[in-house]
Amino acid sequence: MARIREIKTPLERDEVLKLEARDVVYVSGEIFTARDKAHMRALDYIRQRKELPINFNGCIIYHCGPLMRKINEEWRVISAGPTTSARMNKTLPSIVKNVECIGVIGKGGMDEGVVGALKGRGFYLAYTGGAGALAANAIKKVRGLYWEDLGMAEAIWVFEVEKFGPCIVGIDAHGKSLYAEIQRKVEENYRKIISKL
Amino acid sequence: MVDYDDVKFAIVELFKKAETELGEDVIKAIKNAYEREDNEIAKNQLKTILDNIDAAGRLKVPMCQDTGLPIVFVEIGKELCLNFDLKKAIVDGVKIATEEVPLRPNAVHPLTRENPGNNVGLYMPQINIDFVEGDKLKLTVMPKGAGSENMSVLKMLLPSQVDEIPRLVVDAVKNASGKPCPPIFVGVGIGSTFDGCAKLAKKALLRDVTVMNEYEREILNAINMLGIGPMGLGGKTTALAVLVETGYCHTASLPLAINIQCWANRRASKVLG
Repeated sequence: MARIREIKTPLERDEVLKLEARDVVYVSGEIFTARDKAHMRALDYIRQRKELPINFNGCIIYHCGPLMRKINEEWRVISAGPTTSARMNKTLPSIVKNVECIGVIGKGGMDEGVVGALKGRGFYLAYTGGAGALAANAIKKVRGLYWEDLGMAEAIWVFEVEKFGPCIVGIDAHGKSLYAEIQRKVEENYRKIISKL
Repeated sequence: MVDYDDVKFAIVELFKKAETELGEDVIKAIKNAYEREDNEIAKNQLKTILDNIDAAGRLKVPMCQDTGLPIVFVEIGKELCLNFDLKKAIVDGVKIATEEVPLRPNAVHPLTRENPGNNVGLYMPQINIDFVEGDKLKLTVMPKGAGSENMSVLKMLLPSQVDEIPRLVVDAVKNASGKPCPPIFVGVGIGSTFDGCAKLAKKALLRDVTVMNEYEREILNAINMLGIGPMGLGGKTTALAVLVETGYCHTASLPLAINIQCWANRRASKVLG
């Protein structure tokens, strides 16, 4: 049976290091969304030493472009599952290297560059892709909205979540990636399959 | 008689339905996979998917935040007389659906990335028209998310490569890995033209996903031996169905399109008139 863990933001490095690949995790506290454009703009800000609207240190980035609706001047989350994290393979490491500890939630996994960047300071959690209605249920409040000009899906939304999950630790802070492990098995299986096709 | 309002409101209704509930065949395929899986992580992923489908239906909200691009199939009965702007009715329906369902404003200009905010623009919604027997109008909507669409493949094969098709389908799924939100549905278009094979691959995804022929099953079994599993986290279920459609092609060519669809194979139909 998998270990079940609960974590809270802001993250502490000790807690981050305790998580291991395959653990089941539920997240509480504040998390914020960021995908392609927010990653690129954050990198521009870091390069130009401009002040970021959010603090990446100890935070959890959620790879998500939510479906939101404004009701009586208040933003509500309608559906907010994870987006494909691999699109951020090239941009995430430069953000990660500037923090003491960090967490990422997404889907589909990330590459070796990210595994290396997360070593000693961060983890990657897989949340079930497409589970937007269920994810929205775990989001209790919209706490902030930054870079709205990027559009609904690309802006940074700050969500307060309660027991957001179940998430699976796909990449831990010790360099272990469930995705790399599965990829190796898939290559082995593929060689067996094509000889028969 | 079918009029402008009938079509416009049917489009709104169909998007609401497609976004919030899946067809019985799709749910059956996911449930069967859940029963078959013995890998704990894989089983949990499928459980979350089933819980999510349940929540979306109960709360009447889109099951996935990527509400897709609006793709519409229209079948016009040969004996039906239409005296209004059918395209405008569909376009206006999509605008209203974007507000009411709601749909995420996904459609952007390909180069400037400018977003009109209503899922309407050049060639969008994508409307496919076919003429059939009878005097009815059948509308089918198929919201298509980008995560799976991005993993799709089109190849212009040589006629001598016909035996390579199953391997090329397996290759496409292997390269997509966990990115398209497996377990996936694989629509395959063989033959026709460059553009025609892509259309066949997409149309294949409209079929009952629980009915497959021997050729399709053989490819499905090969895919499921890869071990990618639900969400790429390992397991027996990488694909739920392989659906092949064929069309006559030029004697010198063999077009092949592989359209990947996530577990949320969303579609809804209505017959008017």
